[in-house]
Amino acid sequence: MSAAEFTTAIADPYRLGHRGPNLARGHGGGGPATKRVIVGYGFWLFLLSDIIIFACLFATYAVLADATAGGPKARDIFELDRVAWETACLLASSFLCGLATIAVAQRNQILTQAALVATGLTGLAFILLESSEFAALHAQGFGPTRSAFLTGFFTLVGCHGVHVTAGLLWLGTMMAQFYAKGFRPDIGRRFLCFSMFLHFLDVVWVAIFSLVYLVGTRL
Amino acid sequence: MFGKLGWDAIPLDQPIPLIAGAVVMLLGLGMIVWVIAKGWFPYLWKEWITSVDHKHIGIMYVLLGLLMLVRGFIDAIMMRAQQAMAFHAGGYLPPEHYDQVFSAHGTIMVLFAAMPLVIGIMNFVVPLQLGVRDVAFPTLNSVSFWLTATGALLVNVSLLIGEFARTGWLPYPPLSELRYSPGVGVDYYLWAVQISGVGTLLTGINFVTTILKIRAPGMTYLRMPMFCWTALASCLLILAAFPVLTATLAMLTLDRYLGFHFFTNEAGGNAMMFMNLIWAWGHPEVYILVLPAFGIYSEVISTFSSKPLFGYRSMVAATLFICIVSFCTWLHHFFTMGAGGDVNAAFGISTSIIAVGTGVKMYNWLFTMYGGRIRFTTPMLWSLGFMTTFVIGGLTGVLLAVPPADFLLHNSMFLVAHFHHVIIGGVVFALLAGIEYWWPKAFGYRLDERWGKAAFWFGLVGFYVTFMPMYVVGILGMTRRLQHYDVADWYPWLLVSAVGILILMGGAACQITQLVVSFLRRHELRDTTGDPWDGRSLEWATASPPPVFNFAVLPQVQDAEAYWDVKRRAREAEELGGQPHYAPVEMPRNSPTGFVCAFFATLIGFALIWHIWWLMIVGLVGAYATFVVFAWRDVPEYVIPAEEVERIDRADRQARQEALSGAVTT
Repeated sequence: MSAAEFTTAIADPYRLGHRGPNLARGHGGGGPATKRVIVGYGFWLFLLSDIIIFACLFATYAVLADATAGGPKARDIFELDRVAWETACLLASSFLCGLATIAVAQRNQILTQAALVATGLTGLAFILLESSEFAALHAQGFGPTRSAFLTGFFTLVGCHGVHVTAGLLWLGTMMAQFYAKGFRPDIGRRFLCFSMFLHFLDVVWVAIFSLVYLVGTRL
Repeated sequence: MFGKLGWDAIPLDQPIPLIAGAVVMLLGLGMIVWVIAKGWFPYLWKEWITSVDHKHIGIMYVLLGLLMLVRGFIDAIMMRAQQAMAFHAGGYLPPEHYDQVFSAHGTIMVLFAAMPLVIGIMNFVVPLQLGVRDVAFPTLNSVSFWLTATGALLVNVSLLIGEFARTGWLPYPPLSELRYSPGVGVDYYLWAVQISGVGTLLTGINFVTTILKIRAPGMTYLRMPMFCWTALASCLLILAAFPVLTATLAMLTLDRYLGFHFFTNEAGGNAMMFMNLIWAWGHPEVYILVLPAFGIYSEVISTFSSKPLFGYRSMVAATLFICIVSFCTWLHHFFTMGAGGDVNAAFGISTSIIAVGTGVKMYNWLFTMYGGRIRFTTPMLWSLGFMTTFVIGGLTGVLLAVPPADFLLHNSMFLVAHFHHVIIGGVVFALLAGIEYWWPKAFGYRLDERWGKAAFWFGLVGFYVTFMPMYVVGILGMTRRLQHYDVADWYPWLLVSAVGILILMGGAACQITQLVVSFLRRHELRDTTGDPWDGRSLEWATASPPPVFNFAVLPQVQDAEAYWDVKRRAREAEELGGQPHYAPVEMPRNSPTGFVCAFFATLIGFALIWHIWWLMIVGLVGAYATFVVFAWRDVPEYVIPAEEVERIDRADRQARQEALSGAVTT
């Protein structure tokens, strides 16, 4: 954009239908965005697509929730105490990851690693609690092959669990990168994605907790 | 040790797949040996296999798509031949083989021919039209391509090892459940489509980010070329629809592998849920293919009518309208399956409404041509062929959208005729037009017009002769996917259809001849100016083929037709714009990540199909290690110095200066 056009564009930004081009980078006519914006934006899109996978699983679960085939119903098997502890662990994990974000912003290696270890441990506790729930159900003969309801339940909750497990693997890789490579900008961008991923898993868990467990025990 | 895999997996008793598979394998091996013997492997590895350049990835996508188009076309020839022979007879294909042929045909044509071609053209064109140097995530782009190639490879491996699905291109349960399809056919389908689907999803993310966040300075949304808009709409659909496919296929996989009950007849499973889910992906998928096709027509028609696109904003609105409404029509694929009159009516109406968006576009193209100085080049002929063909195909679609009519025509040959009408007439014509149109940009020489026009006429006539009879037999009551039949009324029409496919084979031969002839005549057909068609958007503002960095300096966009605007000002001033200020260019380094990752994905897919669990673990560990190695890179980019950029750009500017002086004097 030439200087003259720039002047006209900003002279009267509220001309009807001619607010003038947005000149911020990555918006309107401002040219390519920064790498941090590009990476974060792309990862947001990935999370949205992942949310659609979960949406399918939620819908499927809703359809199959009553198809118990003579097996247990939701209220027969859900133990809200354990689920409350799972929730606490996962939310704590997300909070600790928030602390890690602050430590990364401070370029503090020790605090970063400590916060990430704590994030990982709470995440691991979540996984262990969930595994024990699954194992107990399986031991009672209420595995995913028992009925369509249990199929839907194990797939939806298990898919979230698989995501958390993948998150833990990513967490380890992230810690190793900070340790070996320091606070490089590209590693910082990856950490941005990682923290978004973890918070996103929280959001999904809130939906699972409410729609599967809380609603389930009332039905 | 090898799971279900044994020597009996090789179909020694079935000569057709055995010979076909062996020939393909020998050809492939021969190619590899030839490339290595000629010493071309290092070039191939450096410039293509590990390339993260969107132009090279785009060309590889198109190549993959063309190869799979040939494979799917051979399946089509086999089916037409079978139905021409199978009147009161068994034909030459036994039912279990015929079923695999039509399943493979559909799967390959939609997912491994049309999709790679569409995505390939998007890859090549979009960054150039946006006036930028690459996509948002170049290495991810390479991963996408190689995962798609993995899927295509797995489908073709099924030819020689094991079998392919016999369930049709969408594996409806309960037929596709383990009880009724115990073989590995459905598993081949599931893993091939799943792996390539991940690649497609990553492409969607990549291109939405690119188009929304990386455009040349001054290129506001309403200055983007129409093809970029349609690519954006298509990629938004990919983002919203492909996760549904991933989830649905994962559910069927769990049913088959771990005894879950999503879609089974027993224990409360619900097969109708599969229909809903798969078509919630499947219907948008049609628009994922056809929207970029509409974009190609917009570019071609505007360029060869020497006029700006008529009604640009209404075109953008129509594109986004189709993008959204495409998610509201899926149920019309199963009107007959008991949703009830009210639901059917709602979906019948939404299906008819979506045709309005296409209607808007049709008039826009007509008015673009009106009063224009039209050049009847091959891409323009394909576009004109599309406009007539697609209107007829679309009308049969509106007919099918009426539920009572659909009850008569559901799953008949009328339906087969309809969707071939819109997909061939809409998508394939566009892809051929697009390849023809952007070929000079990709390779630096134009394609031979005579063979191109011959291919068009054979293609157009062959298309009508092949598919119009299918409408007739459909109305006469013939259902799809029949291996043999004994209705005398159908027989002559199916013979006509077989003749049609002979004409189409002539078209394919012309198309291949065109590529060979043009390559041999490439020095005569050389495009020296980078702008062979007097184009209007930014891809024509750089050399043919473009340098690795696309643009020596990022163009400053001041008009909806960015390059036309530049040319107009240059013609008025009788000189090019001022010598630009060159700066060093930072480009992403090549990376074998995509290729290595796809290698492990192939292992994982193959291992899962044959239940070879240790190999699956090897594949997973390998894939993870690949990402760690990639994450550990210290130097992701390299810099091209300003002098080098200037040296490369000087030649291009000189050619353009000469062309401009020539244009001014004449």
